[in-house]
Amino acid sequence: MNNPSMTSARTRECWLPTLQLATQEVFDLMLACPLEGTPEPPSEEGLDITAMVGLAGQLCGVLSIHCSAKAASHMASRMLGIDPEKAGPEMWDAVGEICNMIAGNFKNKISGLGDGCMLSVPTVITGGDYNVHSMVNDSIQAGFLFEGGPVVVCLEVHN
Amino acid sequence: MDNIRALIVDDSSVMRKIVERSLRQAGLSIAQVLEAGNGAEALATVQSNKVDLILCDINMPVMDGLEFVKQLPGVENAKGVPVVMITTEGSEGHVVQALSAGARGYIRKPFTPDQVKEHVLPVLESRS
Repeated sequence: MNNPSMTSARTRECWLPTLQLATQEVFDLMLACPLEGTPEPPSEEGLDITAMVGLAGQLCGVLSIHCSAKAASHMASRMLGIDPEKAGPEMWDAVGEICNMIAGNFKNKISGLGDGCMLSVPTVITGGDYNVHSMVNDSIQAGFLFEGGPVVVCLEVHN
Repeated sequence: MDNIRALIVDDSSVMRKIVERSLRQAGLSIAQVLEAGNGAEALATVQSNKVDLILCDINMPVMDGLEFVKQLPGVENAKGVPVVMITTEGSEGHVVQALSAGARGYIRKPFTPDQVKEHVLPVLESRS
């Protein structure tokens, strides 16, 4: 059963800034890299790496992060202290773990959601030619610039 | 405590490396780091190796961190070995569950090396 206080329209108004803050904290603490927010989510063209974490319970849906392979290699580079050119499969693991931390950080910031929402392990998709079909009723997107390139974080919610 | 043998349990190899780096940045004297990708692998690792400290994620495939902590006392080598959870599951309920299961500390991801030090040092000091 949904928690009414959690799903009220007023509460959802704060979800976008909460998602932005949760994302910025992850990049700040784990990558030592402040993320610059963009007023509008950037185009997803060229964002060939997608990491997704499922949410189940009081909040059902998917939290995803979309970025280019170049951005993903830079994320792995910052997390592991290696050259971006040397980031191989680690880049997928890095983006998946970033997505996982954003999802966890986001739900821990929403009152009443921490215990009532479980996270899946992350899934990472490479390539842009795919469609996701899910019973989404609502979604919010936050755009950022990471090392000059776009990163999009999206929360899709099933009511 | 010097020459610590640490076991890091996380399904993300990137996160295992970050945790190891954080332990070293915290100024701990690390003699050896062992890694496991889930709770079942971690139990097998503890059965065949002596470790002084275990840092463990919760959400993992095959066997999650809470189940690992519950089963750990059944492993002979594990007597008194402290487990500190490092996880995205940061709610009070999860903390209570982990501590009730036997964990000695709890670190929420994302974290800083200072937070690792703050949670790990007292656990090691109380053991030595």
